[in-house]
Amino acid sequence: MVTETSMTDSSAYVAFDGVQKSYDGKTLVVKDLNLKIEKGEFVTMLGPSGSGKTTCLMMLAGFETATHGQILLDGVSINNIPPHKRGIGMVFQNYALFPHMTVGENLSFPLEVRGMDKSTRQDKVQRALDMVRMGEFGSRRPAQLSGGQQQRIAVARALVFDAELVLMDEPLGALDKQLREEMQYEIKRIHENLGVTVVYVTHDQSEALTMSDRIAVFDDGRIQQLAGPSELYEKPETSFVAQFIGENNKFTGRVEELVGDVAHVSVGDTTIKALAVNCGGKGDLSQLSIRPERVTIGELGDNVVDAKVCELIYLGDHIRCRLDVLGNDEFVVKVPNASNQKVPEVGGETSISWSTQDCRALDHAEVAA
Amino acid sequence: MALPPYASTGQKFWHYSFRMLCAVIFFFLVAPIFAIIPLSFSGGEYFTYTEEMLTFSDGAYSLKHYEDALTNPEWTTAVWNSFRIAIPATMIAVTLGTLAAMGLSQSHVPGRRAIMAILISPMIVPLIISALGMFFFYSQLGNFLEDTVGLSQGLVEYIKVVLAHSVLGVPFVIITVTATLVGFDRSLTRAAASMGAGPVRTFFKVQMPLILPGVISGALFAFITSFDEVVVITIIGSQKVQTLPWQMFVGLREQISLTILAVATMMVILSILLLATLELLRRRNERIRGLTPG
Repeated sequence: MVTETSMTDSSAYVAFDGVQKSYDGKTLVVKDLNLKIEKGEFVTMLGPSGSGKTTCLMMLAGFETATHGQILLDGVSINNIPPHKRGIGMVFQNYALFPHMTVGENLSFPLEVRGMDKSTRQDKVQRALDMVRMGEFGSRRPAQLSGGQQQRIAVARALVFDAELVLMDEPLGALDKQLREEMQYEIKRIHENLGVTVVYVTHDQSEALTMSDRIAVFDDGRIQQLAGPSELYEKPETSFVAQFIGENNKFTGRVEELVGDVAHVSVGDTTIKALAVNCGGKGDLSQLSIRPERVTIGELGDNVVDAKVCELIYLGDHIRCRLDVLGNDEFVVKVPNASNQKVPEVGGETSISWSTQDCRALDHAEVAA
Repeated sequence: MALPPYASTGQKFWHYSFRMLCAVIFFFLVAPIFAIIPLSFSGGEYFTYTEEMLTFSDGAYSLKHYEDALTNPEWTTAVWNSFRIAIPATMIAVTLGTLAAMGLSQSHVPGRRAIMAILISPMIVPLIISALGMFFFYSQLGNFLEDTVGLSQGLVEYIKVVLAHSVLGVPFVIITVTATLVGFDRSLTRAAASMGAGPVRTFFKVQMPLILPGVISGALFAFITSFDEVVVITIIGSQKVQTLPWQMFVGLREQISLTILAVATMMVILSILLLATLELLRRRNERIRGLTPG
């Protein structure tokens, strides 16, 4: 995981500096974006549709212009450089292979543009095809390939001209689940082998968690949190991130007092102690977030509350319990299927508990539905 | 379409009467064109089917009208003029129409529907009205070219007709090219740009090959429009630029010769060939489309 502190201005390969984007002159699609990406990093822009992530990628590629702010590549502003002079490789969601050319001609195209002679082109094309394990397919047409094969060709084409920065716009969105997972490892492997910088856009959180060095979670035109996968999952800083990444149990309450880094939050008549992360001050509304696997049945942790069991779903390695806790009947607990584990019964009453460190008091946002 | 085994009497009746109806409509559309074809092989000189022709007696049929059409300087000049005008008019129409279609297919162009409507209007406005407008407009242009630039009268007549026919051909090119651009994946041009290709290279290497079927069918329509056109040419043309249709029109009025029918038959065959080409292109286009990813 790359830490925040290692990022300095001089080492940033790609930098968004106060970038804003508006299509109609009124609403900002991207609001004050600041993001620094180091050379060789795999950074994912993750967010729901309409969050501005694709717009950011398109601005970096040069297909959209920033309304305000600077985009720097290797320390040089590229705002006024047209897309075809940026030398950035790109993989599109629908692959965008040229249907009238063979696979080999598709890969050869960027090399012809660069005026390379025929034998150099053939060498590079073959090497790129071998890299994505498609060495035999040079003379096929894109339409004769399956979706996964087309995707490999699209990746090879973005890398064949030795681009140091490769952008990927939801490249696996059109593939089925199994192929998608396979391609995730494939892209990850290529990234590690070549050491290229990758900026990847997706709305699929598991894809982001699997592949990325760092993930920028986008919502409403802003980066909500920029962190490595484990930090993002375990230490979400906003209620949006807590809700968007992984499964999340939430309560809305009012902050009664702050004791050190512990917030006492009243939910109904009960006071819950939580880690004060982003909850404002005394009297503010706060959303509490607890991961289902950090809650235990029984009275073990710092916070103990009563719960009514609504539903049990048997999943083999664990049992998923849906509980009614403090008026929230969507509260989920994952009970491990262990020999000494007491499993509650549907309709029964039980106590659940969790540790203060695992319950995070975050901002109160209505949008996180 | 075969009749299903469960068809009721009413459905059977409709099934067969529908076929009859189709045959009648087809006959109604095509018969007048085919009526002239046997007549063009007539051994006589008149616009009627003679007794001899109906009984297939000796000398009832001959190729003499075709011979006349292909050797008589009046007709050969007309053929030459038709091609001499149709080919450059088609090229101008294709260039302008393709550029216009590409521009108008970009969503950010303001008032593109209005512009499109104006560019298409030569196809909708009655030809006689366009022709009159062109007459006044091009007579000014003609005077300028003759008096100020000093071009010969024949050349000026020629330029005027070529320009007028280009205008008539542009709408066809715009429509066919716009139709192919509708299915054109914009990410292809973006992909080309991301690989370093400038706009010109992208156009010729990526966009053009994919919209080519539309461009070619537009070109064929523009060519036929110029080749068949009789109203504009009679109004703004002159003796020096008489085309085939013009010659036929004048011929009908002044000397009713069966050579006209021989020429007409040849034009029908040319049109059928062009339309067949069009159909083959359309199929090829569909094949490429069907295979495009995504």
